Amino acid sequence: MNYRTVWRKSVNAVMLSLTGLCTLLTVSVLFFILGYLVWNGAGAINWDFFTKLPKPVGETGGGMANAIVGSAKLLLLAALTGVPIGFMGGVYLAEFGGKTFSFVVRYMTDLLNGVPSIVMGIFAYTMVVLPMKHFSTMAGGLALGVMMIPIAVRSTEEFLRTVPASLREGALALGASKWKAIATVVIPAALRGILTGIILDLARVAGETAPLLFTAFNNRFWSPGWDQPTASLPVMIFTYAIAPYEDWHRQAWAAGLVLLGLVLLANITARVVLARKLSSVAG
Amino acid sequence: MGVTMDPLLLTPAAGNDRPEKLRTIHPAGGAAKIQVVDLNFYYGKVQALQGISLDIAANRITALIGPSGCGKSTFLRSLNRMYETVRHARADGQILLDSQNALDMDVSQLRRRVGMVFQKSNPFPKSIFDNVAYGLRVNGWKGQGTLREAVERSLVRAALWDEVKDKLHKSAYALSGGQQQRLCIARALAVDPEVLLLDEPCSALDPIATAKIEELLFDLKKQCTIVIVTHNMQQAARVADFTGFFLMGRLIEFNETGIIFKTPAKKETEDYITGRFG
Amino acid sequence: MASTAVVVEGAPRPGRARAFLLRLRSGDEVAHLITLVFASAIFLITALLVFELYRNSALAREKFGWHFLTTRTWDPVFENFGALPFIFGTVVTSAVGLLLAIPLGVGAAIFLAEMAPARISDALTFVIELLAAVPSVIYGLLAMFTLVPLLRTVVQPFLKKHLGFIPLFQGPNYGVGLLAAGIILAIMIVPFIISISREVLMAVPVEQREAALALGATRWESTWKVVVPYARAGILGSIFLAMARALGETMAVTMVIGNDPKITSSLFAPGYSIAAVIANEFTEATSDLYIHALIELSLVLFVLTIILNGLARLLILATQRKGTAHP
Repeated sequence: MNYRTVWRKSVNAVMLSLTGLCTLLTVSVLFFILGYLVWNGAGAINWDFFTKLPKPVGETGGGMANAIVGSAKLLLLAALTGVPIGFMGGVYLAEFGGKTFSFVVRYMTDLLNGVPSIVMGIFAYTMVVLPMKHFSTMAGGLALGVMMIPIAVRSTEEFLRTVPASLREGALALGASKWKAIATVVIPAALRGILTGIILDLARVAGETAPLLFTAFNNRFWSPGWDQPTASLPVMIFTYAIAPYEDWHRQAWAAGLVLLGLVLLANITARVVLARKLSSVAG
Repeated sequence: MGVTMDPLLLTPAAGNDRPEKLRTIHPAGGAAKIQVVDLNFYYGKVQALQGISLDIAANRITALIGPSGCGKSTFLRSLNRMYETVRHARADGQILLDSQNALDMDVSQLRRRVGMVFQKSNPFPKSIFDNVAYGLRVNGWKGQGTLREAVERSLVRAALWDEVKDKLHKSAYALSGGQQQRLCIARALAVDPEVLLLDEPCSALDPIATAKIEELLFDLKKQCTIVIVTHNMQQAARVADFTGFFLMGRLIEFNETGIIFKTPAKKETEDYITGRFG
Repeated sequence: MASTAVVVEGAPRPGRARAFLLRLRSGDEVAHLITLVFASAIFLITALLVFELYRNSALAREKFGWHFLTTRTWDPVFENFGALPFIFGTVVTSAVGLLLAIPLGVGAAIFLAEMAPARISDALTFVIELLAAVPSVIYGLLAMFTLVPLLRTVVQPFLKKHLGFIPLFQGPNYGVGLLAAGIILAIMIVPFIISISREVLMAVPVEQREAALALGATRWESTWKVVVPYARAGILGSIFLAMARALGETMAVTMVIGNDPKITSSLFAPGYSIAAVIANEFTEATSDLYIHALIELSLVLFVLTIILNGLARLLILATQRKGTAHP
């Protein structure tokens, strides 16, 4: 064992530790975030948080009931807009697409995916807020819905493609027409994967703030219907965090904990389900 | 047509005094269920089948043998127009099912009458019951009795009923390989096809499962016309009444199985049978 | 659709119209049409988006022309708008972010792809991919109350004391500023670099590694000298992708950048990014020109991210093809 070998072995060991350290550092960030949120926010999560409206500026107490409901409404609208378009688009690409048009659609989908979320907000602003002359839940829902499309398309197309050709042929050989084979065999076979992809998609837009800033805007009261501005969890977190009131900071931590908790829950569940599904697909 | 087959082809069979015809053979004592006249098949510019003509005898088992890539599977799949899922695939010629043009009729109709079992079993990710019932549901079945009775009938015909009658709602994937293949046969039989096409159905199965399926075919041919593609010559010798030998997209010889295996007329057939090329 | 006669190549096929009608009745053409409509909707929405951005920035584009990109002033009162401070802020914070994220990310990716046993690698990657799911506003929330005080009280004074001769580390110390934004960006984009680089590294054919190891190389040598160079393009692609994300990050940056449209040489100074100024000033924009200027900013951002994303995809594709090509 000469000097050179010793050197190389020690370099090997050092680099192993260094790269491991990088990994450890990155991983620990998640636990730090969670820990800090729990530390600061858990105390402020109470019944009031989920049921009361925000109190007037300067007063302590109150809750974020309107923000929670607002986020739910926005997500519902987003799902109604984005999922059908994304799903059908994915079906088209996987099952019916011609060569050139499919290429165009895929390229456009990729383009849409790369649009920064704030630019998406501007799009919804020009399409809904300007004609209506005021902010609305609809506008926010549209912004989030359009954001959902690319991932819904990709999810649907990818999972449809994993369905083996032998299943399609089996259905066709029994006399099923092409669309029946797709609807009764192919889509059900891919459904689990597609649904988990959509849940991940929803979890992503649930945390988006920027597109809501000038579409759904904000609201310190309930927002009836769909054509009024509405509060939402992410916007409340932002508003409260940058404000100078201690009590608002406290509530921002609580809201952050709730939001992150839901997002992580959705992500973990979806990924676990996906992993199990992938390993159980028979060859 | 009682020609006895010796699986090992060691002893000459009796009753082989029929004159052999070069291209088309018309089965005596039975009508042709399917008549193929001058079938040419193309994948784009490549011609995969050249001038195939033969008759498939009703209620008989016809085997198609030949080396890999000879076109026997392509031919089988043209009988139920499965090639239509492939772009640029084209068939020219005549395929008559009971004197009706198979290439022109509604393809779903055709596939109801001409069923197919694939090389690797492909049950749907549904329950055993739903697999067998699929063809019935999709074709808007209005037959006799309930759906459950029809499913039971098919499973009985496929010799699978006893093994699955208690677990019809379990996933089809819970069955063994051989059972899955018999399930696929039951599924194909559920719509009461007149013809059953089998594309190397036993190639992924062990000898016991294979024997079960071969036994099944003997029973099935009473109600059904069977065409089976196989790379296993012994299997063809065991089960088939008629055998066709394909090579490089052409039908070299077609005759009663005994004649093909004992006294083939063409040198290529003989070379293949005796194992000079695989 | 075949006929009973032998068909000459190129001749029209009889029975085609009938075939179409049959397919229509059986629902196939209808299904094709319906899905086609939805797919077209995607195309239309994207085109509409670009069009609306272009149309609604017209006033600003006409008034300022290309000077928009080079003007330093951002004066809502006298309606003199220039994009330079925001381009500067965006670029600087992204650069800082990348500078920190690349070594961290590539290092972690190397560990996860090459050095760690499979089960540990999968588990750690799972956690890291969860980081990518954390909303931007939550990163911002944390950065405001942990990173900023830390910078203000510990890190920036330290840097000023020991590296204060470099202009980057001079100037007043608020905590918020370009450095804070750069650091939080780094944390946010690291998971993307790790995730993609890891996949790209794992896709390098095993024969490459084996060849190096068989020649007596250590694990690290085989990784650094053979595998990483092989996957170079893909890793670069992941960096471009991370860059594209960094450019568009809004909330976390808005909360810690200081919101001051100035161009300075100090990292400690407050700055402004394109996304941040839009987020902060859009609802307060009093005139049409003001709004159009903000929308023109978003157009600039949009174009930048498209270019970067496109490059990224090409690079990642190139490595994938290389991995599956057999010499």
